[in-house]
Amino acid sequence: MSDPRVNPLLRVEGLGKRFGGFVALDAIDLVINSGDRLGLIGPNGSGKSTLVNCLCGTLQNEMGTVTFDGRRIDGLIAHQRTRLGLARSFQLPKPFRTLNLIDNLRVPLIYTVNARRGHHLGEAQIVDRCEELLGDVGLADKARRLPGDLTQVEMRKLELARAVATQPRLLFADEAMAGLSPSEVEEILAVLFRLNEQGITIVLIEHIMRAVMSFSTRLVVLVAGHKIADGDPQEAMRNPEVERAYLGE
Amino acid sequence: MLSLDLLINAVVAGILLGGFYAAVSLGITISFGMLDIANIAQPAFILLGSYAAYILNQSYGIDPIVIGVFMMPIFYVLGMAVYELYYHAFESRGDQAIQGLAFFFGLLFVGEVSLVLVFGVDYRFVEASYIGPSLKWGILDLPLRMLIPFTFSLLMIGGLQLFLSRSFLGRAILAVSQDGQALQLMAASPKRIKRAAVGISIATCSLAGAFLIIIQPVEPSIGRDYIGRIFAICVLGGMTSIPGMLVASMLLGIIESIIATFYGPSWAPAVSFGFLLVALAVRPAGLMGR
Amino acid sequence: MRPSLFWLLAVLFGVAFVAATRLWIANEYYYFAAYVVLQYIVLSTAWNILGGYTGYTNFGTGAFFAMGAYSSVVLHKLGGVPLPVMMLVGGVVSGIIGLGTGYLTLRLRGVFFAIATLAITIVVQTLIVNWDYVGGSRGIYIIRPANAPLGGGYIQYLYTLMIVLSVIAVGIARTIEHSRLGLGFAAIRDDEQAAEAGGVPTLRLKLIATTLSGALMGMAGAPLPYYVTYMDPTSSFSLSYAVNAVAMPVIGGMTSWIGPVIGSILLGTIQQVATVTISSALNLLIVGLLLIGFVIIAPNGIVGLVRSWRRKRAG
Repeated sequence: MSDPRVNPLLRVEGLGKRFGGFVALDAIDLVINSGDRLGLIGPNGSGKSTLVNCLCGTLQNEMGTVTFDGRRIDGLIAHQRTRLGLARSFQLPKPFRTLNLIDNLRVPLIYTVNARRGHHLGEAQIVDRCEELLGDVGLADKARRLPGDLTQVEMRKLELARAVATQPRLLFADEAMAGLSPSEVEEILAVLFRLNEQGITIVLIEHIMRAVMSFSTRLVVLVAGHKIADGDPQEAMRNPEVERAYLGE
Repeated sequence: MLSLDLLINAVVAGILLGGFYAAVSLGITISFGMLDIANIAQPAFILLGSYAAYILNQSYGIDPIVIGVFMMPIFYVLGMAVYELYYHAFESRGDQAIQGLAFFFGLLFVGEVSLVLVFGVDYRFVEASYIGPSLKWGILDLPLRMLIPFTFSLLMIGGLQLFLSRSFLGRAILAVSQDGQALQLMAASPKRIKRAAVGISIATCSLAGAFLIIIQPVEPSIGRDYIGRIFAICVLGGMTSIPGMLVASMLLGIIESIIATFYGPSWAPAVSFGFLLVALAVRPAGLMGR
Repeated sequence: MRPSLFWLLAVLFGVAFVAATRLWIANEYYYFAAYVVLQYIVLSTAWNILGGYTGYTNFGTGAFFAMGAYSSVVLHKLGGVPLPVMMLVGGVVSGIIGLGTGYLTLRLRGVFFAIATLAITIVVQTLIVNWDYVGGSRGIYIIRPANAPLGGGYIQYLYTLMIVLSVIAVGIARTIEHSRLGLGFAAIRDDEQAAEAGGVPTLRLKLIATTLSGALMGMAGAPLPYYVTYMDPTSSFSLSYAVNAVAMPVIGGMTSWIGPVIGSILLGTIQQVATVTISSALNLLIVGLLLIGFVIIAPNGIVGLVRSWRRKRAG
């Protein structure tokens, strides 16, 4: 068992990203340890989603390095990072609309899990695993329906299930609870807690403060592309800069 | 042995050609560059403008550029109608990219075939006093049939740029091109603004078509040569930037002119494709999603 | 139905069809007309692998098709090459063009791929027009061999080859549909970003689709010189190939292998009749209008209409 301070799961150093003249992210340093429940917050436009996109490979960062499990990944494209164990759910659910729920989960199982070296799932095992994953998020009875038949909450759950299907070590949950009712937020939160207990490191990107505070063991605050706080959630929220960012000047 | 005279004239001819290409690409910069509507049928509308100029010029002897200007309102309405159809069929239904492209492709094709049915495949041309004579200035030989469209093209482009930056509708179009949702929150209707923008983009075809038939005789299939050109220019110009589009047009015009002068005109279509490839390779930032 | 069973049935059907028609139909015109329809079955099935299955629109069918034809012209002039070999070569040539176009443009959004395919037809046509060895803009005459393998007339031989190719194309399409490759294609079509995040190597799959699609189109074009006996760039690169290759799958239905088949037979037959009875330009106009009409009103094509009609009846 390696010392997490020496060998963190994810190490980000000096990450920078620009869009033309606009600096979206400026020299971001971040360390995520295995088992963490990290909350990532910040006002709209602060760069949270850009950061997730850069870490997951949807966008390429211009500056800085990203190391996952001791391995440099900043040149890798998204599907390669997923196969290494980095997964994400999308802010706006992006289901495969012409495929039923089982097939939606079949895609990551075939293209990520089976693409890794070692144990390959046979066809029957894949279907079983799909149903198991759907059951874990409470979608088992809609297994053969199309995403178009799902409610908002159910779509969010499908998003998470699809990310979990890749058997990740690190999961970015990007605003999975936006627009949900309090009880629905609890449902998603329960899923995330359970995943963390199973050993998945989770980064929760959220605006719903109650959920973030109850979930996170550590809080990172992003404002206008800069990291202004990183540490114990209660302390971070007491940080005057953070207060200013949320309550305005 | 490179003849300097020949080279200079080729470059100048290229600049004049570029001015014309800018007029042709102006519409697509608005509909595709700003609004992400891949109207590949644009050349069909330009040819429509050319043939409209042809009919009225041949029947009544009216100057083609005058025709182009006066037909703009009709083309504007046509553009709005096309957008309405596009909107009801595709944009309101969500992400159906392939059907949208197939729709415009169908329009392009139907346009070309209709022109063949009505006008046949013979080359058509217009008559005007400035088609033929050239302005000679030192070693420069400037054909008026290129110089006049060039001038009016710059006027049209300048006018539109002013409109976009000064008028309410113009600024609304720029706003929609960046964030349609934000506009909705301000109680302005993105749909109506987009419709007006597409109307404008088709209206430019009226004048651009007049320029085309002044510069060269037209027949229905020449529209296809322009697809690669206008999208290449739009992309290399930075998609949303009209000045950028102008520069890219000049560049393409000069390159095509030099190649045509020294290697023959039959290679010209390949030049614009090469231009397109370079544009796609060099400007990935504007092309990776929006 | 397992893929192997489908292939068996398809091959049996193909063999039976060829045998029956060649035994009983003596009218030469049937073979000329059927060849065109079969050619379109291959072209639209090939188009649909990239279009309907993967979601990338190719407007440059003419380029891939014509390059298959012109590679046959080159081989014909070199002499001694049997037609089936020409078809393989045509497939390789057009497959490489597909790979190249894809490699240059598939990292960008789909609309840029579509625009590039439009431009590529012009470019390839320009190259051929400037290449005197294959006739340049004047065109070239191709003389059919005196003897057709397997006996019978040469046009019947071309017809037979095209049936074989149709069976192969349809077999490949259906196999893909039910394979993991097809699942990957569908994921790319439905949401490319999500597919990539789910581990699908999207660029690699798109290149496979483009190469395969282009190769089949090239194979369909390879026998063309012997069919028309006079090859020229204007008609070989005709936009009607591009439009038909789009219209037939759209009208037939893009989600299944049977859509392009239905669309080809329907539209192909209509056009063969119309070209004889009304002008060919008017016939193309009808195709274009049908394309626009279906795209707006019935975007899932005839297959889609049948499916929703069945669903309504069921519940």
